[in-house]
Amino acid sequence: MAALPEADFRTKLQDWLPKLVLAPSVAVTLFFVYGFILFTVVLSFTSSKMLPSWDFVGFSNYVRLFSLPHWHVALKNIAIFATLYIVICTAIGLMLAIFLDQKIRGEGVLRPIYLYPMALSFIVTGTAWKWFLDPGIGLENVMHQWGWESFSFTWIKSNTMAIYTIVLAAVWQSSGFVMAMFLAGLRGIDNEVLKAAQIDGASNWQLYRRIVIPLLRPAFLSAFVILAHLAIKSYDLVIALTGGGPGRATEMPATFMYSYTFTRKEMGVGASSAVIMLMTIAAIMVPYLYSELKEKKE
Amino acid sequence: MSVAAQDTAVSTGRITRAFIYLILLLFALFYLLPLYVMGVNSVKPLSEITGGNMMALPKEWTLDPWRSAWSTAQIGVNPTGLKPYFLTSILMVVPAVAISTMLGAINGYILTKWRFKGDTIIFGLMLFSCFIPFQIVLIPMARVLGMLGMAGSIQGLILVHVVYGLGFSTLYFRNYYAAFPTELVRAAQIDGAGFFRIFWRIMLPVSGPIAVVCVIWQFTNIWNDFLFGASFGGTTQPMTVALNNLVQSSTGVKEYNVHFAAAILAAIPTLIVYIVAGRYFVRGLMAGSVKG
Repeated sequence: MAALPEADFRTKLQDWLPKLVLAPSVAVTLFFVYGFILFTVVLSFTSSKMLPSWDFVGFSNYVRLFSLPHWHVALKNIAIFATLYIVICTAIGLMLAIFLDQKIRGEGVLRPIYLYPMALSFIVTGTAWKWFLDPGIGLENVMHQWGWESFSFTWIKSNTMAIYTIVLAAVWQSSGFVMAMFLAGLRGIDNEVLKAAQIDGASNWQLYRRIVIPLLRPAFLSAFVILAHLAIKSYDLVIALTGGGPGRATEMPATFMYSYTFTRKEMGVGASSAVIMLMTIAAIMVPYLYSELKEKKE
Repeated sequence: MSVAAQDTAVSTGRITRAFIYLILLLFALFYLLPLYVMGVNSVKPLSEITGGNMMALPKEWTLDPWRSAWSTAQIGVNPTGLKPYFLTSILMVVPAVAISTMLGAINGYILTKWRFKGDTIIFGLMLFSCFIPFQIVLIPMARVLGMLGMAGSIQGLILVHVVYGLGFSTLYFRNYYAAFPTELVRAAQIDGAGFFRIFWRIMLPVSGPIAVVCVIWQFTNIWNDFLFGASFGGTTQPMTVALNNLVQSSTGVKEYNVHFAAAILAAIPTLIVYIVAGRYFVRGLMAGSVKG
């Protein structure tokens, strides 16, 4: 059937309109995300100091990066922090979600209490915990006032223990969020499945271990991915809680990148550390996103 | 569908239940403790903090720390309090949230109802941009903002937050619209409705819940951002940067009570949003909005 020329034009326009409307967002993403990534990658192969330069030096920034003790401290810290943060948040989140799912009276009150830290800025969280953990006025002082004279809690001032205070504050902030994700997963499970297993004589423990937790696999995966990328990006909390100290004891890749680029004026090294961070996150995110998008298509 | 109506079919004994309640209450205390400490110490004179007990209620109640934090505390070099920074944050957050949410809605609509070859790749590229460590864009962004003459301006911060908020807002709307029957859109098309008409008349009216989820998310993220504010704010700093400057300041006596009042001031807007609309957050999660 031959269409009228006007109608044809209208259809064509309707065909193009969506792409036209989407174009600015795509352009912005390509420029500000992927263009910028490319820029930083290129920069990491140059001898840029305070300002970008186009003098290519091969991999020497990366060689230098991995010879810096600060960077090693940062890598060690991120490994400790990310592992504990992910494991503890997941454990607490799962436990609270399962407990809250037991027809708990007052769930409506408890749930928002667990979740509210997520609404706070890491700077606020850091400020609160910084003073709460401060031996002079915080927890240690409180225990002394209450008569426990020998109580000592000076992690935040300790080179070896300060990293764990960051874990503590970060877990406080994010575990409620993980709880909400698991709770949503639990509420999505068909009760008939559980009832059938109960009739077959499964104990509560077996029920959770064999049926519920395997069914929560997508929630575990989402929680892991979100926590992992939050951990690698963590910058604000370190700044607010310890400022990277005492000394440089709580240096993380994110704080390292900032101080080398903007304070020490070693832009090439800073850029190379940012590239390493990006590659780490990409190694986790790309397969995840790929499988998610693939699933949707089928 | 109410959340409370579909508890698990698992039944538990009396002792187990008591144990569960105990754990749940202990964790509630753990989450509330820092808020209590901040609140209680923000209405104490400084002497009661340095010479007293952080957990104790104030002997002498005072609002001076709040007044100081708001209007006279020394932030950087100026004794302005947080007031001007609060304003900066508002002026930055409102447009950034509005723009990124609207763009996210229309992008989500296109990516689900006007599918074309390669749309999944485009969505994948936008989605990945949510998760990049922002350190990777700091150096070029600083240069581009400088070239645009937007360094240290609210417009510059709005631009940054819209650009890097776009991925998440698109994700939310795309996943939400994916569940919306495409047949309805096709039927409207056959009836002669065009691209924008379908969006306004059919998609937007059902978008309330996801719009709330998206606005909460963007508002919280942008208000709480520190890295971009500290890197590109120059002298127009948002609240988080000002709070950090106040707390980390090494000159003079540490006024803990003022710091706590300031921290609460920085937290109040997102807390209010959370208290008023927090249930949408869980609802958003249940709608699968975190999943790609």
